[in-house]
Amino acid sequence: MSEYITLSMILFTIGAVGVLVRRNAIIVFMCVELMLNATNLAFVSFSRQHGNLDGQLAAFFVMVVAAAEVVIGLAIIISIYRTRRTTSVDDASLLKS
Amino acid sequence: MLDLQWLLIAIPLASGALLLVWGKESDRFGHLIGTAASAASFVLGVVLFVTLMGEGADDRSHAVSLFTWIDAGTFHVEMSFVYDQLSALFVLLITGVGTLIHVYSIGYMAHDERRRRFFAFLNLFVAAMLTLVLAGDYLVLFLGWEGVGLASYLLIGFWQHKPSAAAAAKKAFVVNRVGDIGMALAIMLMFAQFGTSAIAAVNAAAPGATDTVTTSLGLLLLLGACGKSAQVPLQSWLLDAMEGPTPVSALIHAATMVTAGVYLVVRSNAIFDASEVARTAVIIVGLVTLLAGAWIGCAKDDIKKALAGSTMSQIGYMMLAAGLGPAGYAFAVFHLITHGFFKANMFLGAGSVMHGMDDDVDMRHYGGLRTMMPVTFATFGLGYLAIIGVPPFAGFWSKDKIIEAAFGQNLWVGLGALLGAGVTAFYMTRLMIMTFLSEKRWREDVHPHESPRVMTWPLIGLAALSAVGGVLLLGDWIVEWLEPVVGHAEHHELAVPAIVLTLIITAVVAVGVVAAVAFYRREPIAGETPADDSVSLFARAGRHELYGNELNDALVVRPTTHLTRLLVWFDGKGIDGFVTGTADRLGDTSQLLRKPQTGYVRSYALMMFAGVAIVVLCLLAVTLA
Amino acid sequence: MILSILAATPIAGALVLALLPRGTSNHLPAKVVALGVSLVTLALSLAVLAQYEPSDGGYQLTEQHTWIKAFGAHYAVGVNGIAVTLVLLTTILVPIIILASFDDRLPDPKGTNAYFAWMLAVEGLALGAFMATDAFLFYVLFEATLIPLYFLIGTFGGPNRSYAAVKFLIYNLVGGLLMLAAIVGLYVVSSRQGDASYLLSDLKNLDMGQNTERLLFLGFMAAFAIKAPLWPLHTWLPDAAKEATPGTSVLMVSVVDKIGTFGMITWCLNLFPEAADWASPVIITLAVVSIVYGALLAIGQDDIRRLIAFTSVSHFGFIILGIFAFTSTSMAGSTLYMFNHGLSTAALFLVTGIMVSRRGSARISDFGGVQKIAPIMSGVLLLAGLSSLSLPGLAPFVSEFLVLAGTFTVSIPAAAVATLGIVLAALYILIMYQRTMTGPLAPGAMGVTELRPREIAALTPAIMLIIGLGFFPQPVLSAINPAVDTVVSHLGKSDPTPKTPTPIAESSDQAPTAEEGGH
Repeated sequence: MSEYITLSMILFTIGAVGVLVRRNAIIVFMCVELMLNATNLAFVSFSRQHGNLDGQLAAFFVMVVAAAEVVIGLAIIISIYRTRRTTSVDDASLLKS
Repeated sequence: MLDLQWLLIAIPLASGALLLVWGKESDRFGHLIGTAASAASFVLGVVLFVTLMGEGADDRSHAVSLFTWIDAGTFHVEMSFVYDQLSALFVLLITGVGTLIHVYSIGYMAHDERRRRFFAFLNLFVAAMLTLVLAGDYLVLFLGWEGVGLASYLLIGFWQHKPSAAAAAKKAFVVNRVGDIGMALAIMLMFAQFGTSAIAAVNAAAPGATDTVTTSLGLLLLLGACGKSAQVPLQSWLLDAMEGPTPVSALIHAATMVTAGVYLVVRSNAIFDASEVARTAVIIVGLVTLLAGAWIGCAKDDIKKALAGSTMSQIGYMMLAAGLGPAGYAFAVFHLITHGFFKANMFLGAGSVMHGMDDDVDMRHYGGLRTMMPVTFATFGLGYLAIIGVPPFAGFWSKDKIIEAAFGQNLWVGLGALLGAGVTAFYMTRLMIMTFLSEKRWREDVHPHESPRVMTWPLIGLAALSAVGGVLLLGDWIVEWLEPVVGHAEHHELAVPAIVLTLIITAVVAVGVVAAVAFYRREPIAGETPADDSVSLFARAGRHELYGNELNDALVVRPTTHLTRLLVWFDGKGIDGFVTGTADRLGDTSQLLRKPQTGYVRSYALMMFAGVAIVVLCLLAVTLA
Repeated sequence: MILSILAATPIAGALVLALLPRGTSNHLPAKVVALGVSLVTLALSLAVLAQYEPSDGGYQLTEQHTWIKAFGAHYAVGVNGIAVTLVLLTTILVPIIILASFDDRLPDPKGTNAYFAWMLAVEGLALGAFMATDAFLFYVLFEATLIPLYFLIGTFGGPNRSYAAVKFLIYNLVGGLLMLAAIVGLYVVSSRQGDASYLLSDLKNLDMGQNTERLLFLGFMAAFAIKAPLWPLHTWLPDAAKEATPGTSVLMVSVVDKIGTFGMITWCLNLFPEAADWASPVIITLAVVSIVYGALLAIGQDDIRRLIAFTSVSHFGFIILGIFAFTSTSMAGSTLYMFNHGLSTAALFLVTGIMVSRRGSARISDFGGVQKIAPIMSGVLLLAGLSSLSLPGLAPFVSEFLVLAGTFTVSIPAAAVATLGIVLAALYILIMYQRTMTGPLAPGAMGVTELRPREIAALTPAIMLIIGLGFFPQPVLSAINPAVDTVVSHLGKSDPTPKTPTPIAESSDQAPTAEEGGH
């Protein structure tokens, strides 16, 4: 089982690093998705390990939330792109001052 | 009948209120209503006086309470009035002289578009002054006391468009308020000590109180009296008050209101009888003011200010007499009445002169008015003879008695009073010479003329009273009349017979007259006031009112101004600075906390990860440990 | 029931006004509705007065319903002599304020409806606070008055209004917060001794430890001292008064600030008598400082509205001095002072407000010689000013003298220093009058025209009351006295007796009254 967990950890780390270092909102967004799916993998693995369905249930929730999030997130990114002609997250810092 | 005493006050009060609220249509006859109200009060005063004479000697104090004014906690004050021998005399003086001055004002203010309001204020003054002298409770007296202060304020500043008049009015009110501190504290002390401020009750209880209490009461009342009666150290407002129309100066600042302090001392006789210290303070104040006022009177070229200095000085005499205790109370009141006659007479005479001289008040621009204004000259002359104390005119009797009583008290006090009599003769003679005798020094375009009858008749009336006012002393009438109120005086034998003293006084007066004649007839009087550095130090100090204003400025006005400025600064920078400073510090703190909020999503994410990592590490640490 | 209706009427009026269509350009309907509602409220308060029995010192016309059982909070209202006086003050002043505010130039005329609605809201909430006999209800209403006042200052004031409004709000909220802590503390203490209750009658008998009582007292007192305002917590008032419209200033100083001094008597003294006694030397000192400091600051102001605000600091000093002197004389004086100060400050703020709006400037140095073109206006200003300097014959004198005389019996130094205030009062009023009204007409002051009939109509009732109560304060005092006696006896204080009773005091006081009083 630990291989799955290891893979999940690797995927999560890749996603986290991606969120932290990339500026393109789309890529950041995909990295967030990657982190979500890494957790999903962990959920399913643990579900299998413990022999109950709790983890799978949680995985479904995550998928649903992720789907909703994608819709809203992409919408925000597109509207930012339309107004500001950029998808760099560093440029969207109007709240700073 | 005597219950109707409140009507004395109500009539002028109602008339004054009516004239204030009635519109322009009453401009034509408003002055007549005002005069009629004052005259009605006078007639009622005479009727009441006659009624009072008919009562038995011990039954002449008549109290009446209209309603409960204030009743809260343990504090109880009735709106009560007392009509007795003392107040009866004052009622006659106030309404009598008041009515004559109302009549005079009809002519004097004829061309003033606000004449109706002038009469309204005069009526209010008469009502307030009557409240003052009829009051049966110190708080009611205080009501009248402040009422006359308000009327005085309104009337001094009647010509408000003149900044000097407005400033003088404010000064009079504020200086009087300083005296009022004394009055207010005295009433509080009475309330705390005796549980009442009814005059009769306080006077009855005063002999039983401790020395500290009676002395404090006496000194506090004296402070109030100093303010109202323009006694040193609160004298500075009276000369400025001459900015008001002349009838006002005659009625308020010569005949009646300024003598309220003397009335207060006489009315509170039990308190002063019980305290040697307070009496001595009264004597000192009276003596100092007597001489200071006379000094100022010698140096002023403004006819009204010279007369005002004289008023101060004469009230000093009354104060001095009042400070002598039972030996002097009756003479204080006697001099107060005769002074009311001759000083009102002379002020109105001065007004008549000003009327003829286009409102010029500088005596250096007068001269030789004797022929142009015969009635004014004659009446003024009678007043002059009365004030300097030429027998048999009114002032002779009253001043003679005061000086005699002063010698009975103390040789130095007597000598001071005697010196005052000589100086009085000097400055009054100077005033007569500069105004009516000597050569003409009129400005161009000035055509002196006698005043209309409506103004000269009151002059004649007052001149007659100045001449014969001494009859009140016939057979010691006034002394016996007032005895039930002010107490009986043991007669002190003087070292010299009274007649010798009288002769000495008359001689001193003659010296004063001769000195003035010698001084002012020797060479022509300059048409302009000589510059300060060309006159003696004595004259310079008198001209500057003995530097009283400068002293006030240095001791009170400037420190207060600086303190106010300092406090305004402190309030803004100190207190409010602390408050806004606290708010600013809070703001600074949030600025500091804002710094990590860079606005970059990635830095937020990093912080989140760091946070999660720390939490996980902590959990691990706890679990493993 | 009538008390609830009384407080609800202006609130309902405010809601109606808020829903009223904006309508015509002069917004007359809104103004008339507002005036009408305030007059109905006045009529209701007179009905309350008719049912009120002045000789009884307790609470009357009471009403009580459980509100939040878990806290022991009740909807409980009732009036005693002190409360009924202030209720009457509020209902008398609001119509005057509304009538005088008809022509106020608002930053946005479209807000006229809201302007008058907020005024009515203040009236309703203040009435509620005066009538509440439950600490929780009182607290809620006390704090709620901040909301309409915040909007009145912040929306309809002068150029610097938002700064003033925020300062007003935060300053008062800080006090309110401390009071909230004390309210919570009261609950804790009360619930430990059986069922929790916020009723005044229950709290009066609460058994607190010494330290608890002092802490809770300070919580209440902080809120009231800021509201009243007591030196050195006063700096919000001049700023707020400078920016607010005259009507708002009157509501704030004459009505809402009175909740502070009212609260000191009703809540601080009744709930924490021992702590009040403990704190009284400090509070008396602060009150005396307020009197002198406020007066000196008033002398140094060039802005008329700030000047009046500082005179109020001085006057509130007198009120607080009288309350914490703990004599029935001074406390009755303080209560009457609240009423009289309300009237005289209202007259002052309103007449100077008219002057300021005609001149377009509130700086005293921009005026001069106005008396010549507007004699009635200058007469009203002088009269209002004289009442502010406590001239005998006008209402504030009676109350000020009662405060001083009562204080004198317990502390001569405090009374003596406070008496200095009468000279300073003469200075600030007469200097203001001299500079604005006398002398030659100032070049820019031509536009300061005479009072219009509507303005005279608004000011006349206040002036009449000021003069009338100067001579006949007894109707008000007779209602105040029993209530004050109750408070003083609850404090365990008795009035000092005269040291040298007069031999004939009894007979001379009473004989003339009984026999000759009717003439």
